[in-house]
Amino acid sequence: MSEVRDDRQYTQTHEWILDNGDGTYTMGVTDHAQALLGDMVFVELPVAGDEASQEDEFCVVESVKAASGVYAPADLEVVEVNEALDDAPELVNSSCYDDGWLVKFKAENIEDLMSAQDYTETLD
Amino acid sequence: MKYTPLYQAHIDAQGKMVDFGGWEMPLNYGSQIEEHHQVRSDAGMFDVSHMTVVDFKGTQAKVFVQTLIANDVEKLKTEGKALYSCMLNESGGVVDDLIVYYINDEDYRMVINAGTTEKDIAWINLQAQSFDVSVEPKFDLAMIAVQGPNAREKVFAAMPGVENIAGELKPFNAASLGSLFIARTGYTGEDGFEIMLPDKSAEFTWKMLLEGGVKPCGLGARDTLRLEAGMSLYGSEMNDEVSPLEAALSWTVDLSNEDRQFVGRKALEELKNEGAKNTIVGLVLEGKGVIRNHQKVVTSLGDGEVTSGTFSPTMGKAIALARVPIDATGSCEIEMRNKLVSAKIVKPPFVRNGKVLV
Repeated sequence: MSEVRDDRQYTQTHEWILDNGDGTYTMGVTDHAQALLGDMVFVELPVAGDEASQEDEFCVVESVKAASGVYAPADLEVVEVNEALDDAPELVNSSCYDDGWLVKFKAENIEDLMSAQDYTETLD
Repeated sequence: MKYTPLYQAHIDAQGKMVDFGGWEMPLNYGSQIEEHHQVRSDAGMFDVSHMTVVDFKGTQAKVFVQTLIANDVEKLKTEGKALYSCMLNESGGVVDDLIVYYINDEDYRMVINAGTTEKDIAWINLQAQSFDVSVEPKFDLAMIAVQGPNAREKVFAAMPGVENIAGELKPFNAASLGSLFIARTGYTGEDGFEIMLPDKSAEFTWKMLLEGGVKPCGLGARDTLRLEAGMSLYGSEMNDEVSPLEAALSWTVDLSNEDRQFVGRKALEELKNEGAKNTIVGLVLEGKGVIRNHQKVVTSLGDGEVTSGTFSPTMGKAIALARVPIDATGSCEIEMRNKLVSAKIVKPPFVRNGKVLV
């Protein structure tokens, strides 16, 4: 069974978004997504200060099996990226909700997110 | 869906099962990269029972096999000696690639691909009509490939009696004991054995190997290992439409005996006279990303296509085999996700016996 955490929200494209409470959000891919993709070998991240419009592909996670785009859930500005993934993309597999986070960004509001419970139901 | 006798063993080992040409097979047992490193550094085992063993017996077995395949079994003089070859159609395209083992002039054993088995057997039976040879597919045999620098030692420890028959085997040779057939061959670029054995003994043998420290490895690792080893995959580097002369497999074609009229010979000779236009080369990506099958390759001599692309766990870079215009060398560009990315053209293999060669 895939792990889904109650402290954050989810997109239909299997990303999680954690509200940090200071106008910033942290984003990563879900346990379900990392299991489907398999061993990660590269993660392509934006740089701090980059802006992205809603639905822009602003990160790419690439596994042995496939490359998968990560789309901006809102108009946003990147404030920090997880540089550890440069040398250790496998963190996305081993710790997708903690050490394997992708980016932190600022955004006004994010629409159409699912609760943990709703997301869990989509996985059944 | 078809199941090998090791299906339950894969489930017990948390194998991630996928449909592989109609067979329910393990893609990995957790991490295909760890399984890959396991084979390069120690020993891993693969269930390859979906592949098919075919025996050829009869007074005309030798002349039949000489007609059926493009390499010449005349080279095989000692019992158990193996030869890699393609079996061609009349137009010189590859029906399948295979390994043939010599038992004696009236007895040969062939191992063919799983996905092509039905087509191959129909084709072989058609060719065999005018020969005194019986074509005997052995669907009751399982096959376990144990590969890696410590593979042989671990097989000897786990399977009593095997060292006596296979301890002195040279690479590309096989020995047998009753229905157990052990070949020092493989598809990983490492030393090891491919072990053919009765279906009913497969699970016990697998468990003995497991207890002996041989880790199960899935089809994912098998593909990255063979690709690093520069070995062709049927359906990717060659198929019914592609000549071995345009798939970097000329070394498997033997035209030396002009009296040996094997199927496809005429087409190969014509292509040889005209000059082959394409070949298979290796590519190493210089930047980040992973090369994928069917991506476009741009060379100074024209465009080509990636036939097998992946991430090389040993090199930590993306590598590929690609069909490109013959004589293309130096660097090229690969169209990846709408961008042209620079890559180096190299001669495979990329990795053999744990060492990076490019």
